[in-house]
Amino acid sequence: MSKIYYSPSHEYVKVDGNIGYVGITDYAQNALGNVVYVDMPEVGDDVEAGEDFGAVESVKAASDLIAPVSGAVVEINEHLIDNPRLINEDAMNNWIIKVELTDPAELENLMDEEAYKAHCATEQH
Amino acid sequence: MNRKYYGKVIFELSRPGRVGYSLPKNGCEDALATIPAHLLRTKPLELPEVDEPTVVRHYNNMSTNNFGVDTGFYPLGSCTMKYNPKINEEMASLPAFTSLHPFQSADSVQGALEAYHTLQSMLSEIGGMAEFTLNPYAGAHGELTGLMVIRAYHESRGDMKRTKVIVPDSAHGTNPASAAVARLKVVEVKSLPDGTVDVEALKPLLDDTVAAVMMTNPNTVGIFEHNIPVIASLVHDCGALLYYDGANLNPLLGIARPGDMGFDVMHINLHKTFSTPHGGGGPGAGPVGVRAGLEEFLPNPRVVKCKVNDDDVFALEYKTEKGEKALGRISAWLGNFAVELRALSYILSLGRDGLKMAGPLATLNANYVKEALRDLYCLPIDRVCKHEFVFDGLADKSTGVTTLNVAKRLLDHGFHAPTIYFPLLFHESLMIEPTETESKETLDEFISVMRDIAREASETPDVVKDAPLLTPIRKPDDTAAALNPVVTFADLGA
Repeated sequence: MSKIYYSPSHEYVKVDGNIGYVGITDYAQNALGNVVYVDMPEVGDDVEAGEDFGAVESVKAASDLIAPVSGAVVEINEHLIDNPRLINEDAMNNWIIKVELTDPAELENLMDEEAYKAHCATEQH
Repeated sequence: MNRKYYGKVIFELSRPGRVGYSLPKNGCEDALATIPAHLLRTKPLELPEVDEPTVVRHYNNMSTNNFGVDTGFYPLGSCTMKYNPKINEEMASLPAFTSLHPFQSADSVQGALEAYHTLQSMLSEIGGMAEFTLNPYAGAHGELTGLMVIRAYHESRGDMKRTKVIVPDSAHGTNPASAAVARLKVVEVKSLPDGTVDVEALKPLLDDTVAAVMMTNPNTVGIFEHNIPVIASLVHDCGALLYYDGANLNPLLGIARPGDMGFDVMHINLHKTFSTPHGGGGPGAGPVGVRAGLEEFLPNPRVVKCKVNDDDVFALEYKTEKGEKALGRISAWLGNFAVELRALSYILSLGRDGLKMAGPLATLNANYVKEALRDLYCLPIDRVCKHEFVFDGLADKSTGVTTLNVAKRLLDHGFHAPTIYFPLLFHESLMIEPTETESKETLDEFISVMRDIAREASETPDVVKDAPLLTPIRKPDDTAAALNPVVTFADLGA
């Protein structure tokens, strides 16, 4: 069974064992508008919790992707290279990078779905 | 405005074999034989074949499709789209300037060099700096030049650890971009809810790895950074320099000086504050000023004034000797000279007292529009602003009408849209800068249209979401344009 954790900067990590699937939330894709480019790291790169690992460009703005967890990139979602709009179609199932977690304890710093919903509500006016 | 929209490209007008000229027979056919075969074209150039009246009508019709500050109100926040006085054009068009050649000797262009030197000195006085270079071609080019000066300064002291530049999260996108081009790492500092830099968040970032802190003052939400003396001393205490992004200098013109606030290096956008035209990305000019002690790092060449037999003589100075700290050339010749002449004309025609009126009037106009609309649009930072302010979309969010929709609907009323979705501090940013050159009547007309759009958003939201309805081109597909750009006529045919 996988569990989903959320960061305040609107990334999610779906955890399955010691593997995490990292993407941006539906709230984030909605705020960004149509995504036209996803800048991703390479397989083998290390990402560090709280540091940027890429960027999402939309017709409105370019936003850094902040890693919710630390780990090594074991796969990137290559479908996003030709079809970045997949993020708009289904953000929660079109993860951006697959990471092997180095410190699962970091997950405790993230939010569960309920806390994340409350967080989004405070950002709405 | 009822004229039929003209939307052709010149290649569509091309007819095989049609020419608008008649040339004598080429008497040099034999010369072709002397050119090596691999350097000769194998296919003819794909140029449009059009007669002269068609060419003239084509470009004249194209020119009337443009919307500029000469056509209508242009409240594009952060861009200071003030009117460009025509006297500037007249001065820059004087044959004494336009007939010069950059290879002429300095003694034959003394007048041009004096004009250049006069503008350098005036900008130094306005900025509170020791010296200016006018060489950079644009604001972002000025930022890059300024950061290169800062890096050269640290390296000249043997201080090689300073690789970071701190920029506020409200900064213009050019700040982090310029820092990256200058091979410096960008660190972001957060803003407080009132839009100003959070001094407590800045403190822990300041150490001996910081080369500079870049600030825009007033910042991109139009608020004066009142903590600037504190910030300046914190930055200097850690050995870094403070950089002034001059994009928002307009409200301070002739009233407050970045040099007096503790800034070490600054750039000025002549095409904003000094009324030179904004082209389609150019020609601009981004002069860079430095405080005393940093002059020697300014790029080559510099225009200097010397005394010869009690007469002022202007010379071009190139510091290229070994051990000199001056940056090399950052532009061809002396930057966009004709743009510099327009800025000089602006300063001289307004004079000292006239210049001092620009900022207060720009501030008054911005606050007038803000107060007249704040009941219908969401005002996240409720303070007296300087030259511009930011709404976070419509006050009533229930209609689903976005900032993009409001901006598009403004086009139907003949106004250029404000800046939208910047700064990134808010989701629905709508940034309005009326500038000092607009009359009360124009502002009232804009206010009335903005109020109509807000009412329309409640009553008939689908109309606003469908806007623009009256423009020749309705809704270009911005996503497709970003993903599959068609940049040549050949791409269109493919």
